Amino acid sequence: MDFLTTNAPILIVAIPLVAAFIIPLLGQKGDGVRNGFTLTIFGLTSFLVAVLAVNVHDVGIRIYAFGAAAADLAVPQGFIVPVRIIFEVDAMSMFMGIIVTTVTLAALIYSLHFLKGQTGQARFYSLMMLLYVGMMGLAFTGDMFNLFVFLEIASISGAALAAYRTNLADAVEGGFKYIVISAISALLVLFAIGILYSEYNVLSIAAIAHFIQYTHLDMIALGLLGAAFAMKLAGVPLHMWAPDTYTVAPAGSTPMILAASYMSMYALYRVTFTIYGGFIDTGAIGWAVIIVGLLSMFVGVMMAVHQTDIKRMMAYHAISQGGYMLLGLGVGLAVIANPAALEAYGRDAMNGGIFHIINHVFYKALLFMAAEAIFFRIGTRDTNKMGGLARNMKWTTGFYIIGALAIAGIPPFNGFASKLLIYESVLKFNPILAIVAMFVSLVTLASFAKVFYSAFTGPPMPAHKEVKEVPKSMIVGMSILAVLIIFFGLFPGLIVDTIVAPATNALISHASYINAVMGAVP
Amino acid sequence: MLTKIVRTVANQLILFILIFGLYVIAHGHLTPGGGFQGGAVVVSGIVMLLVAFNSKELKKSIRERVLSVMESTGALVFAALAFAGLGTVFFYNFLVGSPIFGDIPPTGPNPGNLWTGGYIPIMNYAVGLKVIAGLSAVVLALALFASGEEMEE
Amino acid sequence: MQSVPANFPFLASALLIGIAFYIILFKRNLIKLIMGIAMLASGVNLFIVALGYRAGGNAPIYTNVPPGPMVLSVPQALTLTSIVINVAVLALMLTMVIHIYRHTGDVDSEKSRKLKG
Repeated sequence: MDFLTTNAPILIVAIPLVAAFIIPLLGQKGDGVRNGFTLTIFGLTSFLVAVLAVNVHDVGIRIYAFGAAAADLAVPQGFIVPVRIIFEVDAMSMFMGIIVTTVTLAALIYSLHFLKGQTGQARFYSLMMLLYVGMMGLAFTGDMFNLFVFLEIASISGAALAAYRTNLADAVEGGFKYIVISAISALLVLFAIGILYSEYNVLSIAAIAHFIQYTHLDMIALGLLGAAFAMKLAGVPLHMWAPDTYTVAPAGSTPMILAASYMSMYALYRVTFTIYGGFIDTGAIGWAVIIVGLLSMFVGVMMAVHQTDIKRMMAYHAISQGGYMLLGLGVGLAVIANPAALEAYGRDAMNGGIFHIINHVFYKALLFMAAEAIFFRIGTRDTNKMGGLARNMKWTTGFYIIGALAIAGIPPFNGFASKLLIYESVLKFNPILAIVAMFVSLVTLASFAKVFYSAFTGPPMPAHKEVKEVPKSMIVGMSILAVLIIFFGLFPGLIVDTIVAPATNALISHASYINAVMGAVP
Repeated sequence: MLTKIVRTVANQLILFILIFGLYVIAHGHLTPGGGFQGGAVVVSGIVMLLVAFNSKELKKSIRERVLSVMESTGALVFAALAFAGLGTVFFYNFLVGSPIFGDIPPTGPNPGNLWTGGYIPIMNYAVGLKVIAGLSAVVLALALFASGEEMEE
Repeated sequence: MQSVPANFPFLASALLIGIAFYIILFKRNLIKLIMGIAMLASGVNLFIVALGYRAGGNAPIYTNVPPGPMVLSVPQALTLTSIVINVAVLALMLTMVIHIYRHTGDVDSEKSRKLKG
């Protein structure tokens, strides 16, 4: 057990990676063997994530240095800078890791029945494992160049998954847009890494944060990193790829590509709070994040209202809800140099923003899965052609109702808790922002109610009178998320104290992140 | 299919390209080179064969099942070597000082001893195998795809 | 080599990145878009290798190297990794363009779009 706890950061990333290469070999023996193997490996990985989460909650920051004489020996004997590749797991990394693991578990169980009849199924599961490895590596990395490598792994796997149904023309187009945007953004990240390396001659995040002086070149690097991560997380005005890609991705891969966007958001926060955190004394960087958040909220929901394709509407809502997270963290970033304001409302804003990440990923994944369930039975995503589905697809209707009420912020579901935190704290910062946020929430509820009335109630369409409910594995996958949504909604205080507040502390106190690697080096 | 001269020359040259590629892979820990670079040289030789002969002709000689097994073998050897050091830390170079590739290299400029490096030369071979199999599968699949066929599953 | 300014590799890299952004933003053919991304990758790789240069340095290997200072070796490793990743990305993009051509018969980005709004 001690062995598992010490080596957990690398086993979580290495075991699914090896499994991704074994799955095509096993797939030649049969579907059941392959599915059983995938679920076993993923169960083991989820157990390791739970072990590591408990450990990080008790101990604080965990380090893993590759190839050293001991796992936590980040700076070798006689050196003053860390020269090895390091994984550094703090509370914010663990928070994102928990989100990604839960969504992947639900998506895997959901996809078991969905792919019957498709060719190349072994590659689908391999790609899902590779996407999981990319996202967890992005969460755990303590090294700027490893951030680039895992970002590219996640992008390539995500694009291949989005274009999986190559017999449809629009699927390949959605995947192509995703890979083009990801390639350009990753090259900009590499350029910024080159600039930072040329100045300070170290690559690990803690060491750069220790040595950084805020020169002009560093500001250029921050601008490049901000633009690159804004492209990846679909913030307006760089959001054009998101509706196309989220619409065409099959089965359980849409929640995972969604989670990959929020891992890019985590990378943005890691860079701004940890590396540049000591130099933010005006509110300029915070206001930049707030403005991108406001634009995303507003443009996302306005474009979503008049969509007829159900998944495209949900994709625009994903852009809009991403704006809430940027708003919350942006307010925290704007007041980070001001201790009085930070204690009054900055921490609550950051708690609200971070809590909203996990809430949003859960209810958006549930909504996407419900929409794909409808597509599985009917074969169309156009809401004008759907009607009266509530008679025959009771479980799917129930899950859609849970998701829609959660996204609109109705108690007792989890959206209410995080949105209330954001409203209260942002109101004290600047009232106009809170008013825009509440207006966006109203329009969100309106658009989901419109789709509910047209698709689920009313007389059934003559072509679809005989639809049945979706298979059991899909219902099990969706119900995992629904149970978590209701649980988070009923006990928000418990969740905030256990996993959200430590994450906020980890982001604000960048000194502890640096000291974990550099020791007490002056 | 190009003319008989091109085909004959390609048949003779592929041997030298293969030897040079394997040399670059094997000496990766001493001179510039290594797994990916040597693998790319060998794949450029295969692209030369693809241009000289038809892609359909080449598909008869290079079977897709062999490429898939080669690729997985390369990946699993690399992963096994990385996991084998888990007694200390992941990726620990446990072969330094042991009888396999275990000599300690002298410092400063020296003529280069091939038997040094720990598990790095073995990882070079594994990565080179994987790159040869992977890139030639990609190149072969693109050529077949553009000419209208598919590779078998 | 006194007539070549010391910043020449950085100027070349900036020129490559500038041309690449022009191609990506203003050209409509999908194959040209892929070429633009390859050119952007070349520009960034050149930038990273060029920033490791130290005046009068030799190659960073020990086999039969003349004595003296060496250039930095970490940027060369970063560039190799970046080249490998870009090979995979370009292969994926080319395959997708072949699929798009098969479905819509055109590689012009205005005429082969299906998802709008």
